[in-house]
Formats: sequence, C-alpha cells, structure tokens
Amino acid sequence: MAEYEPWNEDRAKDIIAAHTGMEGSALPILHALQDAFGCIPMETEPLVASALNISRAEVHGIVTFYHEFRRKPPGRHVLRVCRAEACQSVGADAVAAHLRAALAVDWLGTSADGAVTLEPVFCLGLCATGPSALLDGQPVGRLNAARIDRMLETLS
Amino acid sequence: MTRVFVPRDAAALALGADDVAAALAPHADIVRTGSRGLFWLEPMIEVETPEGRIAYGPVEADDIAGLLADGLLEGRAGRLRLGVPEAIPFLARQTRLTFARCGIVDPLSLDDYRAHGGMAGLAKARALGPVGTVETVLASGLRGRGGAGFPTGIKWKTTAEAKGDRKFIVCNADEGDSGTYADRMLLEGDPFSLIEGMAIAALAVGASKGYVYTRSEYPHAVATVDKALAIARAAGILGAGFDIEQRVGAGAYVCGEETSLLESLEGRRGQVRAKPPLPAHKGLFDCPTVINNLVTLATVPCILRDGAAAYQAIGMGRSRGTMPIQLAGNVRHGGLFEAGFGVTLGDLVNDIGGGTLSGRPIRAVQVGGPLGAYFPPSLFDTPFDYEAFAARDGLIGHGGVVVFDDTVDMSHQARFAMEFCAAESCGKCTPCRIGSVRGMETVDKILAGQNVDANLELLRDLCDTMKFGSLCALGGFIPYPVLSAMNFFPEDFRRGQRLAAE
Repeated sequence: MAEYEPWNEDRAKDIIAAHTGMEGSALPILHALQDAFGCIPMETEPLVASALNISRAEVHGIVTFYHEFRRKPPGRHVLRVCRAEACQSVGADAVAAHLRAALAVDWLGTSADGAVTLEPVFCLGLCATGPSALLDGQPVGRLNAARIDRMLETLS
Repeated sequence: MTRVFVPRDAAALALGADDVAAALAPHADIVRTGSRGLFWLEPMIEVETPEGRIAYGPVEADDIAGLLADGLLEGRAGRLRLGVPEAIPFLARQTRLTFARCGIVDPLSLDDYRAHGGMAGLAKARALGPVGTVETVLASGLRGRGGAGFPTGIKWKTTAEAKGDRKFIVCNADEGDSGTYADRMLLEGDPFSLIEGMAIAALAVGASKGYVYTRSEYPHAVATVDKALAIARAAGILGAGFDIEQRVGAGAYVCGEETSLLESLEGRRGQVRAKPPLPAHKGLFDCPTVINNLVTLATVPCILRDGAAAYQAIGMGRSRGTMPIQLAGNVRHGGLFEAGFGVTLGDLVNDIGGGTLSGRPIRAVQVGGPLGAYFPPSLFDTPFDYEAFAARDGLIGHGGVVVFDDTVDMSHQARFAMEFCAAESCGKCTPCRIGSVRGMETVDKILAGQNVDANLELLRDLCDTMKFGSLCALGGFIPYPVLSAMNFFPEDFRRGQRLAAE
C-alpha cells in the first residue's frame, strides 16, 4: 500500500522544477505529482501551467484526458480490475459485480472504511490467465468470487 | 548450487512465481527470467541439469518441499515434470525468432544477451552502413506488427531521406489491445532486443534520440526497461551518439495510435493528427521520426544478423516472416505462439490452443483486439495473414486471439465495442466521438426490442459512416466487431424483440 504526502505547494513546485528540463514534460510531471500526492490536486494546475508556459485550461485538458490521473487521493489500497474482452470471456463481468457488491462501491469509488479504491482498467496484458487485476501494482490472476473474498480479507 | 530458472513475467507473478522463487531460494541458485509464454503451465520453472534444462509446471510454492524431496534439483522428480521445454508440443511447433531468448535468458544480463545471439545485428548494421541496413530491412519484407502492416523498410527509407536538424526513433509500446501481451513479454523478458533494434534504426536513418512509450498498465515492464536502459548506457551501447528515454502513458487507449502517441510524448492530450504530413517527414517535435511497434523493432536485430533472405523465406503472400500470435481469453492452452504467417485460425484455437478453458464449444473468436472482428467457427479456415483477414472484413492487428465459448452474448459484445469507443475516443473527429455514443444508444434500443429492424439498419448505416469518416483506426475499425456480431450472430440481436412481443 502506498503512503501519500499531504498537499504542499513548495513540494509541488520542486517536483515540477525537477522535470522542466525535459522535452514534452507534461506527463512526467503529472505522474510525479500523482506519485507524491496520490492524485493531481486542482491547486497544481496553475503551477504546471506557469512552469510550462501554457494556459491553465490546457493543463486541465491534459489532466482530464488521461484516465489514470485522479482528482482525489485513493484509499489505502488500489485495486485495478481489467474489464477488457479477454477477461470478459472468462467471467470478468461477474468478478466486477462481486467486487462492487463486496466493497459497496461503483467504479472509481473507495470503500466506506477507506481501505480499497476500485478502478477499472482496459487490459493489463495478462490475457491468458484472467480475470486479472493489479492490487497495489502487483498482478493477480484467475480471479473468482472465492479468491476475491480471500484477498479482500487481507486488506485493511 | 544448481541453477533454477523462475520467471518474473507479470503473468507468472499473477500466479505466484515470487512465492515459488522464495521457497526455492535456500536450496538453489535462482535466476529470474521472462516467460516462455506457456501461460497455462505458469509458474513454469526450469532446472539446469547436465542433460539441459528440465521444466516443471504449473508449480505452486506448496509443491516445492515435495518436489525437492523427490529430486527436483537433479530433474528426477516425476510430479509436474514437463521434460525438456523445447520438446513441449506448444513450443516445438513454433518458429521463435523475435522471442528466441524470451524465458531463457536473464533479461538484465548483457552477457546472456550476447551469448544468445544478441548485438550481432547491430554489428552487422554498422558494417553495412545506413543504406545497406535500410535495404536489408526492405528486402526482408518486414511489416509493422502494430496492426497496420505497413512495410517497415519504406518507413525507414522515407525518414532517412527526410531533411531535419534532429531525427527520432519512437517505439510504440502502448499495447492496449485486449488479448495481446507480446510487447509486455519482451519488455519484461528481453528488453535488450528492443534497445538493439532501436539502435539499428537510429543508425539507419541518422537519429540521435529514441523514446520508448510504455503503457502505465505495465508497471513491471516499465521498471525492467529503465534498468535495461541504464545497463546499456553503462556498457556504451547507448550514449553520446544515440540515447533512449522511456516515457509512460496514462491509461488512454488511443495513444497506441501513432500520431496520438506523438502528441502525448510532446506533452499534450493524446489527440490524433491528420495525415499528411507523415511522421516520417514531420513527426515528434516536427522532426522526421520513425515510429514503430515494439515487436517490429525487436525483430530487426535477427533480420540483420541472419540476413533478409532467411526472414523473407518464412510466411505467406505479402506477410513475410513470423508473427507472435497471442492466444487469450477462454482458451485451454493460452500463450504466445510465434510462427510463420499462414497458420489457420481453426488450427490456432482448436489444435494449438486446445479449445476453450471452460470445455464448452467455441462460439466466437475476436482477432486483433477491441477493433477486430468476431469470427464464427465457419471462418476458421482463414489463414493468419494481413490480406486474408482483411478479405473477410477482419484484421490481425497486433496478433491477439481472444476465444469465447457458447455462453457469450454477441449483442453485449457489440454494445461493449461502442461503449469502449465512446470512452476512449480522443474527440477530434465527429464520426468517432458522436457515432460511438449514438451506436451504444442504438444497441440499447435494439436490446430493449424497440423498432428492431429499423434500428439494426440505422446501426449498419452508422457503422458505415464511422468506417469511412473517422480520422484514425479507433473510430474507423470499431465497426468491425459490431458488424461481425450482427452478421454472424443475428439471433442475439432479436432477443429483446421476442421479450417485447411476449
């Protein structure tokens, strides 16, 4: 599970400054910000805009274009579940329904106890061992209701 | 201590390979490798014996104590024993060129890489010079493995002849198609083949900088590539003349489209560019750019090393060489099958793949990812070849083959295709941006039994508009899964009508 830093403008400026020497640095900057804060806080948009000499609207456009950038920090664990066809063919829809019911959340939601954020993902390249997911970045395969229940029990 | 090879490919990790390695660590010298690509046997471990490697699989951590007691380290244990890996029929039938080292070598050992034929292609390219290198790639008949199948040599020649202060090599490792994992396997299992391929491309066209654009859904691949780049830099393979940097995507499928990928690399929304200008003339930062799929680039070293004629001799029609076909979904023997073009779809899924994992009959096979057509068993005689699939309104794409059994609802799959396109459309062109949403709504009406005949006709018309009016392959090809579902499985679109009539 990941530990995120609380929002801090100076820290954000340092992260941005560390990348501005790269060509086309917007995505590397946004990734670094999300790695630090767990999301791209709204407050970062004017900072990125000023560092890259583009408008705030452009920064907002970039952040919202890419599915992976969050607007608020996730729960203590992030479960990214594949929704693509290869996993569908071996029961991914049922796995997703079971997860949403067990965690009482919809996609992109965080369980009430703050333990797990459920994110949909389109393909993890684990297409012969599905249904697949990444739990805090670690791959898990051949998911079914029983395996999910065992996995969720270990998360707090 | 005896050496035991344990994969660290993400699919093997998903099935417990790390626990297996930990259980073995006190008893053997563990070498972590990529995967051989026989995923139903993962975690598949290999023991080094005087007679060569002996494979065991699928092995769980709980099996280790018993296997050790039975003589695992001498290759004597009988349970889970698969024998010599190369003799396993699934591997024995393959022609491994691009994936020759994957699952065998330590992915981060340059010595291993060189000992298994690596770097010979780059040496040959240096001897041939830029013009000779481009000519070799042209003569090999290699076509882009990302899906479009454009001749690689022509791309390189165009970029080589283009004028520019700077030139770039971009590797498209944004492998977003469901059912595909060839890029991931190479990134994790043989990253130096990509680095060598990009270095050859740089030499051929006169590029000074390369980018690998890897998708963020592959965290293990990203980590392996960064390590491999540092090793290559320290060894002087990369450096002053040509260096490579890895950039990571952020979950946008459309960034696998080459112009969208370039926009993303430049730090913008991944919106598709109109062509012309071609990337070969005006690509990254408006400079001449070779942008190739990872498998294409990783295949170049063996073409240079073994010569164009050897590669050109394999395949069928205008599809030359080998294709890493990825068997996925509801299939018994899922895995990577690299073979010359021409093997039929039926042989792939029934004979090589062993039918469905569920044991039920196959109803449909989607080839080429979310933009690929669903083929019914009546089309299983189609050979794996760019033109043969196109002639039947399908595509081979990046080589993903996803098997569905008879429980699949094809109207649901058609709806999913439109839903996917609506979620992933970059928004630049109207047919894709609006058409996908209207397509989803129209399928919903059909499923609800509303004016089914008229709405089926409307959906066909919409597919036609998207096919011919979209700017890139996302909107342009999403009609393939929708139309094939309608054409081959029309009964699935009539269920709502029956319900409404009752």
